[in-house]
Amino acid sequence: MTDFTQDILSSFVVAERNLNGRNNPHVLDMRRKALDAFEATGFPTTRDEEWKYTNLKPVLKEQYNILLKGDDAVDFGDIKPFLLSDLDTYKIVFINGKYSSWLSETTHHGYDICTFAAALNKYPDVIENYLGKAAPADSTMVNLNTAFANDGAFIRVKKGVVVDKPVEILYLTTGENGASFSQVRNLIIMEENSECQIVERHQNLGDAPSFTNFVSEVFTAKHSRLNYYKVQNDALHSSLVDNTHVKQDSESNAHVGTYTFGGKLVRNNLHFYAGGSHTESHMDGITIIGDGQTADHHTLVDHQEPDCYSRELYKGIYLGNSHGVFNGKVMVRQKAQKTNAFQQNDNIILSDKARVDTKPQLEIFADDVKCSHGCTVGQLDRNALFYLRSRGIPKREAEGLMTYAFASDALEYVRIPQLEERLNRLIAEKLGINLEFAL
Amino acid sequence: MIKIKDLQARVEEKEILKGINLEINAGEVHAIMGPNGSGKSTLSSVIAGREDYEVTGGAIDFEGEDLLDLDPEERAHKGIFLSFQYPVEIPGVTVSNFIKTAINENRKGRGQDPMEAREMLALMREKSALLEMDKSYLSRSLNEGFSGGEKKRNEIFQMAMLEPKLAILDETDSGLDIDALRIVANGVNKLRSKENAVVVITHYQRLLDYIKPDFVHVLYKGKIVKSGGPELALELEEKGYDWIKQENA
Repeated sequence: MTDFTQDILSSFVVAERNLNGRNNPHVLDMRRKALDAFEATGFPTTRDEEWKYTNLKPVLKEQYNILLKGDDAVDFGDIKPFLLSDLDTYKIVFINGKYSSWLSETTHHGYDICTFAAALNKYPDVIENYLGKAAPADSTMVNLNTAFANDGAFIRVKKGVVVDKPVEILYLTTGENGASFSQVRNLIIMEENSECQIVERHQNLGDAPSFTNFVSEVFTAKHSRLNYYKVQNDALHSSLVDNTHVKQDSESNAHVGTYTFGGKLVRNNLHFYAGGSHTESHMDGITIIGDGQTADHHTLVDHQEPDCYSRELYKGIYLGNSHGVFNGKVMVRQKAQKTNAFQQNDNIILSDKARVDTKPQLEIFADDVKCSHGCTVGQLDRNALFYLRSRGIPKREAEGLMTYAFASDALEYVRIPQLEERLNRLIAEKLGINLEFAL
Repeated sequence: MIKIKDLQARVEEKEILKGINLEINAGEVHAIMGPNGSGKSTLSSVIAGREDYEVTGGAIDFEGEDLLDLDPEERAHKGIFLSFQYPVEIPGVTVSNFIKTAINENRKGRGQDPMEAREMLALMREKSALLEMDKSYLSRSLNEGFSGGEKKRNEIFQMAMLEPKLAILDETDSGLDIDALRIVANGVNKLRSKENAVVVITHYQRLLDYIKPDFVHVLYKGKIVKSGGPELALELEEKGYDWIKQENA
């Protein structure tokens, strides 16, 4: 057992007395069971099949503080660069895991856009019906989060309601606590025929290292529609394990877009459970990383019912000595006839030192299904590069244009123009090129 | 305009060009003909600067400058244009954005300011009309899903936009039906002037009925083995290439 694991286990006794939901025996029981489960397994290692290519060890070596203080010194100017510009949005902002009412813009009119703490303390029925019902009980990182998660975003959109503007969720870390380990958690409930768009970021504003173990549980009831965008462009001394679990009821349409540009190590465990017929599950993303960075996308679509559609498109561009991992598991259960599942992972390696491990994983138990999958790892097409250069476009710009063109079809489902523009700018910045033509 | 002297080039270990000599002046149209595998496409690629070919000897002088020292994009900035035999498909980049980027990069390379958006648009309209291209062309992904004829028209459209000094048309007639051939040839003819030159690389006489060459050269086994006027193309059409092969066996 590592020192860090020891620290975590021993700090629980102190933490437990102050955590939100402490007066709810159900929550208390969940936390204790989750901690026991974590204690039995500890942090994942490369000996675990699911973590074979991504080693958490270097991240766990830091001396993180576990019980974090908030930071009042953050003002709107500090967070503005991480918000969408020229767009009115709801905002749920956390600093070192503590809710900042000063920087947030929440509501209870027509829908609840507030905090996980409020849900824990005020809505015992919601907690009982939803908490831990999407995230798997056998995930050690989820269990660790369940034990400690104290706050985060809570969104509940009532039946038939369309949220009138996007919701931005911002998790910030400052240098206030030195190296920081934070565990925050979302609970997102889309009732029947409701609609919402969410943009989420984790951002380290300080100089000290940070490690976030994050859980987001999402429920999409019949006929609801959700677009959930994750902009991962954190500092190079920040690491993130994102566990997002979407439980879908019939005819719901859920899209999660993951755009990974920053962070030292980013691991996304993104699971969709298609538990009703005629659901649509969309997941797509672009990863552009460079020296010293690892990005790992572990996805699962679990088709449990007939007539469902899933679409998965991940594009990766790897520079420097970066390391990319993609593992896409599609499970089609016996009952899930007429499943249509599409999966594609394409990667371009722009350096001799970069590395990609990609693995599609299909488990099909139904006999009348359409499942396609493919993965490619390659370099830029020399012919195309010469074609562009022969038209007077310099090598660097030509490479940028081609790389952009390669990645951009994964932006097709971005429905907020301001976000699309932001992502285009980030792509240009990461590739070090001028992308006027795309804007 | 361009002087090619004893040019030799190879790809991997294979010698393809074995001493080409050719001089082209402004205002001229040259046709380069020859059987398959004689080195026609290699010659055009070497002039445009494709890095897969290694130049092992000789020189290319373009308006007093050694061309072989320049990158492909620098050659484009000097006014060299190659219409590809197989234009490359680039999904995600529209024709209009591509041409806009190309024009402004060329201007930048020549020390000029970017073209005004309005001027650019007007120019695109004018040139696409010249090639009888539908307006929707401009917003389609570059060459993606284009028919053979559309790809070739798009090449000549780019040529019209970039206004090169030396345009090399590499087998522009291949895969074209008679209507497309007429449109493409008509486009090229309208772009001809006293200041520019055109090299037409082709296997057949057909295109030369529309684009009248001043000189015809026959390339065989990496060398120009015969040069003449337009009548040489007709002779080749009639007799085929066998007599050339026999003469140079």
